[in-house]
Amino acid sequence: MPIGLITPSFIVERNENKCIQCQVCVRQCANEVHWFDEETQKVFAEDANCVNCHRCVTLCPTSTLLVRKNPLEFRENSNWREDIIRSIYLQAESGGILLAGMGNDQPYPVYWDKLLLNASQVTNPSIDPLREPMELKTFLGRKPETLTIKNGKLHSSLPPQLELEIPVMFSAMSFGSISLNAIKSLAQAAQEVGTYYNTGEGGLHRDLYAFGANTIVQVASGRFGVHPDYLNAGAAIEIKIGQGAKPGIGGHLPGQKVGKAVSETRMIPEGSDALSPAPHHDIYSIEDLRQLIFSLKEATEYTKPVSVKIAAVHNVAAIASGIARAGADIIAIDGFRGGTGATPLRIRDHVGLPIEFALAAVDSRLRQEGIRNQVSIVVAGSIRHSADVVKAIALGADAVYIASSALIALGCHMCQKCYTGKCNWGIATQEPSLVKRLNPQIGARRAANLLRAWKHEIKEMLGGMGINALESLRGNRLMLRGIGLTDRELSILGVSAAGE
Amino acid sequence: MKRVYVNPEFCLGCKLCEIHCIAAHSKHRNNVLKAFKETRFRPVSRVIVEGDNLNSFAVQCRHCDEMFCAKACITGALQKDPKTGAVAIEESRCVGCWTCVLACPFGAVFRHYGEKKYAVKCDLCGGEESDPACVKHCPNEALVLRE
Repeated sequence: MPIGLITPSFIVERNENKCIQCQVCVRQCANEVHWFDEETQKVFAEDANCVNCHRCVTLCPTSTLLVRKNPLEFRENSNWREDIIRSIYLQAESGGILLAGMGNDQPYPVYWDKLLLNASQVTNPSIDPLREPMELKTFLGRKPETLTIKNGKLHSSLPPQLELEIPVMFSAMSFGSISLNAIKSLAQAAQEVGTYYNTGEGGLHRDLYAFGANTIVQVASGRFGVHPDYLNAGAAIEIKIGQGAKPGIGGHLPGQKVGKAVSETRMIPEGSDALSPAPHHDIYSIEDLRQLIFSLKEATEYTKPVSVKIAAVHNVAAIASGIARAGADIIAIDGFRGGTGATPLRIRDHVGLPIEFALAAVDSRLRQEGIRNQVSIVVAGSIRHSADVVKAIALGADAVYIASSALIALGCHMCQKCYTGKCNWGIATQEPSLVKRLNPQIGARRAANLLRAWKHEIKEMLGGMGINALESLRGNRLMLRGIGLTDRELSILGVSAAGE
Repeated sequence: MKRVYVNPEFCLGCKLCEIHCIAAHSKHRNNVLKAFKETRFRPVSRVIVEGDNLNSFAVQCRHCDEMFCAKACITGALQKDPKTGAVAIEESRCVGCWTCVLACPFGAVFRHYGEKKYAVKCDLCGGEESDPACVKHCPNEALVLRE
């Protein structure tokens, strides 16, 4: 075999003074980095296999391990950067499409970081959320044009709504792309905190029907696992048109991940590749989309809101307007930083729009057209912390979806190797020996804690602005100021510059 | 009585329980590094992980009501604490004949070779206030101390 040109990305440093040769690292690394040499009775590392997931570092009982970026450098070149040279070597060897996991990691501007929130001083009082009630409750779904009230009570009937205690939901991640234990963790956390998780297009495992009231069931182009019980089990139905990490392309769950449970849940033969087509083959227009929306509504007797999820792409505002007119109750928009279990690298890093712009454009457009009340807007695509949530709400979102943050809460270390199926943290894998590493009791506790912590922080930020109900912040762009943005960017975002 | 139970569904086979058990019973209590690097007679683990990464479980003394180890003991070194129900070895009385090691149906009694040789087994090391070292350090909460 000719010489390979790919040098290790990371090097594993072992402090020999501290290593007790206990081999926990050997037993825990699914990438077979660490190995024990019987002859010398010592543990060694194969740097080339390391993906820097920190599993060994975290479990090492004597903190003896350190994973570093390989300091080996190519000659400095701002054009031919290391990652570009490496990917050419890789493709020269494989002849294949480069794959990646998680979201876009390129240094595009993060517009959340260029938006600042307001606070009250002197002329209007701020509110202390520990002393005064603070309302975060959010309803997602179509809001009627008018309400009739008789004898002080609501007389008109409302379209179906999702009721959220915190405007944060767990985004779509399928059984197949992530493990059942990971889904169970999120489902239980959603139930505890009073929000929703989303099945993705992986169907609903029989163990998860118990969490139906907190489940959004997805209908995607592959239609995997869709049957009447599935549609009726959830609180809402989501039609997945696109995903921020791979706008315009379908999905591919490799056959080796389709074990017995995945095959039963997806209703496909064991070991077969689960291919989701790029488009829905019955949707080629807004009219076609309307037909599917109403088919699903009919199938569930108009008791559940129907959401349509799209990736943020150039013409997103017009598309969203069409979706609203097609009868969707919720529009979910996934920005170009949204994560995934597997996507072609070049698509992940080069296709789509920042969610901040997409949100501002869609919210403005729907308001201009007077149809903003007809749909709720949920945004996704790298909501990293509670301040991102607050900024998204102020920009016009009704709620947000989180996935990467939720997985990080479960133990993900963002090594971006989800597509290998060898997730050492038991999240993006179907290998039973790895799946068992995520105890759903621990996972649920951690995911619920994250939401509770964000809830406290959101209340603090609202209180600081003198607002006691999230509803008063929704679309209130006066609470935002842009920093380091051009006039054009400010006008698209619809916010004033800092100091204005 | 409270015993350590393992949930094999979540036991990773990482053997951190064994490592922390050794540290907890060394001269350098709970200091893994010193326990392994500096102790001349390193204690043996009182818990043992059977199996591989896929199917594994940790076993330690079940503190049985019908004590095969105590019945087999030729010196009466193995006794059940009437108050707590825990089975304990009195090291000074143990002569190191290993009959209890043979008799234990769980393989949960181990041989300690030091200046003196004697049998060792799980002593529920946390005491009344805290969890045993194995339970405390199980990264996946597969080990629990419960009734």
